Order: sequence, then structure tokens, then C-alpha cells
Amino acid sequence: MEKERTNAEEAGGKVTFTFAGALEGAKRCLPIEIAGFAIGLVFGVLAGQAGLSAAETVLMSALVFSGATQFVVLGLWAAPLPVVAIVLTTLVVNLRYVLMGATLAPWYSGLSRLKAYTSIFFLADENWALAMGEHARGRRDAAFLIGGGLAMFASWTVSSLLGRTVGGALEDPARWGLDFAFTAVFLALLAGLWRGIGSDLLPWVVAAAVAVAAHLVLPGQWYVLLGGLAGSLVGAARYGR
Amino acid sequence: MGVDPRALLTILLMGAVIYATRAGGLWLASRVEISGRLEAWLGFLPGAILVSIVAPTVLTSGLAEALAALAVVLVALRSGSLLGAMATGVVAVVVLRGVLGA
Repeated sequence: MEKERTNAEEAGGKVTFTFAGALEGAKRCLPIEIAGFAIGLVFGVLAGQAGLSAAETVLMSALVFSGATQFVVLGLWAAPLPVVAIVLTTLVVNLRYVLMGATLAPWYSGLSRLKAYTSIFFLADENWALAMGEHARGRRDAAFLIGGGLAMFASWTVSSLLGRTVGGALEDPARWGLDFAFTAVFLALLAGLWRGIGSDLLPWVVAAAVAVAAHLVLPGQWYVLLGGLAGSLVGAARYGR
Repeated sequence: MGVDPRALLTILLMGAVIYATRAGGLWLASRVEISGRLEAWLGFLPGAILVSIVAPTVLTSGLAEALAALAVVLVALRSGSLLGAMATGVVAVVVLRGVLGA
């Protein structure tokens, strides 16, 4: 096993939390902010069709800050509001964040609670993936995640409001290939996470196989959680051999 | 306009639940000694999660998505540019869907 990869804190020096690090995160997340803006416009339009007011739309984007969750919930948004179903769906769709949050623990253990638990509010798939890639390459400035997260937050809330108030033409993101924008971002980040055949081939194949199978038979986003667990456990099972 | 009380309650609960998922993993993992096999597991998680997010789209949507994915990976490996890779993917998927009639 490549010890230096996981014992990065020791090799890479002290964990910091600087404005420059946050700015770097915001800059590196630029493609995501752009794609997120377009998706946010679409969300705003659909939220209006589902019966959310402009204030409710912005409030949801600000407090939930998760495209996948918000689109799924719009499908349930009908009077009288099924509060329990919506909240449970939110939980299930986002259980993968528990895993993602865990991966940040070694990095964030050097931060104050205020910084750590404020930063984690802005955890999203994209800035997390980018931050983990940076961390693997030796970055120790933990403000990277919240920098990217804040920029994405601004883009997401503003575009949701715009879509809700002035949108109307944008309804099918697939027509502009926007549905593939985030897949492309994740693929590019994956290319940077590859550590070699001996280390990653088997865990990644297992993750893909389990995710595809789960996607076929289970509703919602369980496939991310199950694939992620299966692949990583296969990797960990070979630890020390 | 305005905010319906039941909608407000729903959105507040959604916010609380999703924050709990975001903070929960960090909280749990910072409670235990991270070393050895656990550390190896956390090291394998990012790749496995990302593979799982993209696998259904890339492997089961169709030829257009699969080929566009290949183009994205090649551009990412060559240029290292996230924006370039994303633009490549979006353009490639639109063109390929058109060409392949998907």
C-alpha cells in the first residue's frame, strides 16, 4: 500500500485555513459555478411550476443547497405537502454525505469546531471531489472546500431566484448537454484520483458494478452510497497484503 | 409570493436533515482514532464514490454518453483543465446524441 497517500498530513505539513485558500477553491470550482448557474435557472423554473413562491425557492436553495435533492423533492411537491415523505427522501438522497464528511475528518481534525462545522455546511459533491483531489496532491489549506462552496452557493441561490422570477424558456437541460456537465466534471476529477492498477482497478470496478446494479433495481440515489461502500471496502480489505 | 407555513416547515426540516448528513460523517470520523485499515478505507472512498456517481450515466445511458465520457477523460489527462474537460463533455454529448440519433 502507498502509505504516503493516506498519511498525507504527516508528509504534507500543517493544516491551515486561509483566505487565499478559499479564493483558490472558488477559482478552481469555476466550471461548477457556471454549470450550476445554468442548472439553478432550470430549478427555478421547475420550482415555479411545482408551486413554490420565489421566497420559498431561494430559501430552499440556501438551506438545502443540493441540486439532486431539490429536483427530486420537486416531484413530491404537491398540496397538501407530504412533509414526512419529503424529509425522509432528503435523508436518503444524502446519506452519501456521511461518507464524504468522514473522508474530511483527517484534514479537518486540525481546525476549530467553528471552522470545521461551518465549512461542512457547504459540502457538495463537486467541491468535495475537487478538494479531495487537491488534498491527495498535498494541499493542506482546509479553506479550499468552503471557498468553492461559497461561490457555488452564490451561483446556486442567485440562479434559482432568476429562474423562478424571469426564467421560462429553459426547461430541458438535456437539450444543451447540461445534464452531462456534472458527469464530465466528476470524470475529470476521477482521472486525477487514479493511483494505479494495483491500487484502484479492483475497487473501482466493484464500485461501478454495484452502482449500476443498484441504479437498476433501487429508486433514488442509493447507488452512490452502495457503490461507494462496496468499492472502498474491497480496497480496505486488501489493506496490508 | 410569501412563504406558506407548511412549506417553511418542510424546507427548514430538509435543511436540518441535510446538514446532519453533512456534519454527521465528519463528527463520527473525528471521534475515532484514524489509522491502519480505517485510514485505508477513507483513502479508497473518494474514488469509489465518484465512480459510483458516474457509472450509471456512463455505462447504461448509451453510446453517445460512453464516447463523450472517453473524450472527457482524454482531455482531462492531457490538459488537466476542469473547464476544458467539462466543455468537451457537454459539446461531445450534444454532437454525439445528434449524430447517433439518441
